[in-house]
Amino acid sequence: MWPLLLAVAASSCTTLSGNEDPPRVVTLEARRFAYTPAVIELNKDQPVILELISKDGLHGFNAPQLGLRSDVAPQAPARLSFTPHEKGRFLFHCDIFCGSGHDEMSGEIVVVD
Amino acid sequence: MKLSRRDFLKISGIGGLVFSTGLSGARVLAQAGGADEFYFIQLSDTHWGFNNLKFNADPEGTLPKAVATINSLQHKPDFVVFTGDLTHTTDDPEERRRRMKQFKSIAERLEVAQVRYLPGEHDAALDAGAAYQEFFGDTHYEFSHRGVNFIALDNVSDPRARLGDAQLKRLQSKMAELDHAQPLVVFAHRPLFPLRPDWDWATADGEQAIQLLMSHPRVTVFYGHIHQEHHQQTGHIAHHSAKSLIFPLAPPTSAGKKFKVAWDQQQPYAGLGVRQVGLSEKRAVAEIEELQIKT
Ligand SMILES: [Cu+2]
Repeated sequence: MWPLLLAVAASSCTTLSGNEDPPRVVTLEARRFAYTPAVIELNKDQPVILELISKDGLHGFNAPQLGLRSDVAPQAPARLSFTPHEKGRFLFHCDIFCGSGHDEMSGEIVVVD
Repeated sequence: MKLSRRDFLKISGIGGLVFSTGLSGARVLAQAGGADEFYFIQLSDTHWGFNNLKFNADPEGTLPKAVATINSLQHKPDFVVFTGDLTHTTDDPEERRRRMKQFKSIAERLEVAQVRYLPGEHDAALDAGAAYQEFFGDTHYEFSHRGVNFIALDNVSDPRARLGDAQLKRLQSKMAELDHAQPLVVFAHRPLFPLRPDWDWATADGEQAIQLLMSHPRVTVFYGHIHQEHHQQTGHIAHHSAKSLIFPLAPPTSAGKKFKVAWDQQQPYAGLGVRQVGLSEKRAVAEIEELQIKT
């Protein structure tokens, strides 16, 4: 039912092979009940470090189609390193119930060429 | 031989009456079936306190109408179960209790022998089920009724949507005790299987629960959370989600983000409803019938 796992969560000390670009750092802010930015555009095959930080309480970040999940806490940013290898649109959502707008707390990663 | 409802009605000779009066199959089973036949009613996702008229133009009237619909049934169910999200969540602990109190006072108007409750994340995830337990008791429990065993699971009091090790352990020991000659019915708020994980329609450790349930030959799961009817098998286990009593959500086959379906003035209460479930100790498959609420 789901596309194959499209991204490989690599360790944060990814060794860069010759033709890969250096990781791009993208910051994602979570606050009740939205992510900023709500849409993250990434380039296929370009390594990314997603830096997740909450501006209020505890949230989650879960992109099941990309095999990515992390808590998103205030003060201590979490980092997810990965390289998207497939084009497409992949939803992410908050998976730690956080209040009345929790059900709408979601965003999208768009992977382009 | 397993009879379909239609076959049953034909054989019982009351099919015409049944269809012309809108009497339901489950009630007919209770009325005319074997002595061990009974039925219960599942209600779900009432979200008492939700008041966005775009999605429900009658937020304070829908639940009372569902109660009146059930009270008008000629043959009463043995019990009614609410599978979670009784109230819409709020940050204010006093307001949460006010909503629970109002909800409960309406639910108690049901003219049935017993009303059972389960929490949803809206009721229980922000305070680990504290307010819920004050009004409705344990968040998970077991009981048996006329030769059928029931297990109510709590996959919502943990804001991470986990059953947790303690509950899984309890389920494991319960499963070891159960008589496999009797059917097992499981209630939960969220789907135990990953129906649509990118819409949060899953239980983090639900697969472990399903593995435990697999040891039983006749298991049926009734759940809510997704605000629509949905039927799916995992192995021999049937999973049936119920409609909501506040607003429908988009079907899981929809592309993109999850969304609420707007209220339609031309078809008020469309997509909302209650469910009757006919059971017996001998019955292999639960008899399910969806009822519209009377307006
Ligand atoms: Cu959140």
